[in-house]
Amino acid sequence: MKQCEMLVIGGGPAGLSAAIEAAEAGVQVVIIDANEKAGGQLFKQIHKFFGSSMHRAGTRGIDIGEELLQKCKDLNVEIWLNSLVIGVYDNNVVAVDVKKSLTEHELVKVQTKKIVIATGASENAVKFPGWTLPGVMGAGAAQTMANFHRVLPGKKVLMIGSGNVGLIVSYQLMQAGAEIVGIVEAQPNINGYAVHASKLTREGIPIYTGYTIIEAKGKERVNQAVIGKVNPDWSIVEGSEITLDVDTITIGAGLKPLIGMAYMGGCKLINDRFLGGWAPCHNYNMETTTKNIYVAGDASGVEEANTAIEEGKLCGVSIAESLGYLDSTKAEELKKAIWNRLAGLREGAHGTERTGAKQKQLEEYTKAMEG
Amino acid sequence: MDEKLKDDVLVCRCEEVTVADIKEAIKQGARDVTSIKLRTRAGMGLCQGRTCEALVQQILRQEIGVNPQEAGFSTPRTPQRPVTFGTLGGENFNE
Repeated sequence: MKQCEMLVIGGGPAGLSAAIEAAEAGVQVVIIDANEKAGGQLFKQIHKFFGSSMHRAGTRGIDIGEELLQKCKDLNVEIWLNSLVIGVYDNNVVAVDVKKSLTEHELVKVQTKKIVIATGASENAVKFPGWTLPGVMGAGAAQTMANFHRVLPGKKVLMIGSGNVGLIVSYQLMQAGAEIVGIVEAQPNINGYAVHASKLTREGIPIYTGYTIIEAKGKERVNQAVIGKVNPDWSIVEGSEITLDVDTITIGAGLKPLIGMAYMGGCKLINDRFLGGWAPCHNYNMETTTKNIYVAGDASGVEEANTAIEEGKLCGVSIAESLGYLDSTKAEELKKAIWNRLAGLREGAHGTERTGAKQKQLEEYTKAMEG
Repeated sequence: MDEKLKDDVLVCRCEEVTVADIKEAIKQGARDVTSIKLRTRAGMGLCQGRTCEALVQQILRQEIGVNPQEAGFSTPRTPQRPVTFGTLGGENFNE
């Protein structure tokens, strides 16, 4: 069985940051990533990040991704690509399905001292007649197609959801040559940042607030979308239906943490809508209720790339300390600085709710360990 | 839109389970994601509920007011991703 000191499941911003922080202190790290290139969602973030300079504002996600990958390379972090963790088992054993070629796979078992779960999140579906037709897809999936694989998912797109994902992806699909027929938002107000929304409205793209998708029509694939105004009880206002010619409907209805590994690892999970649903609770070191299993990024509650990076660093520092690569004074100093940056990132829009939800995870951890 | 059309909507694509199937399971006494899964196979397919889980939770809430805490989630089991028997026990198995 292969041995390592620290195994990271998922090579996105959280996983890469955890690996770098630990490897810098001298920990031997292996990252397992499902895709042909590590970096998670960073390589489709072609836009510049917001926030203060401390939080990489003005830098594009793709550039942060390249930077993290280069650091991993410099620090000899081992990255297994096209590799899927199929389970976490007793004694910190992880089984990995490694794709060797188109037809050849190998199952490799790894025994590790520490596990970091950085599996990210998956997109929420919305059901309506026709939602399973070809041409209806997640907003994140459309973004991956356009920005990573450079395939335009469609020419006439209706976006469901006006959160930041819905707004940013609409703009990027427009830049890539698609016509955005409209953006539908069931709430009375636009959900995402005004700066993103106004970039779209300036282009004349209608944002239908107070509307919902009623039906996707088409035989082989979607060719029409029916939307309508919603009453306070979520029924449709009679006569408000609008039929739009589309070839693609993208759904930006939020994300939920991927909790499979944490569940198998026996970590206590709690539900909080501000973090996307079920997620493992953890302590100040990002360690879950299962000793030696840590969690970071969207897998610990859906936020964004910057918080994922900081949580990953927390894991890296804590693990380096726990394995004896960092003395506790130095580790404490680093952790304190990271928590301060996290507090800064959790200010502003929806920040209070997220801060409260993250606080609850820490409290539930303490309760679980005392109980 | 009439109820029939809404009830025909698929919830679990992998196992082809409709809204009507979920409602029927609730009528039979299902009260959480797991009991819906046991009665209908929703969440037992290729994606292991990653897509339909939130939809099942939503129907439970709308039909009988089950909150997310009570609804639970689609229990993740090994193997968490599709893997062939050949790979699982194959000659390349690395002990």
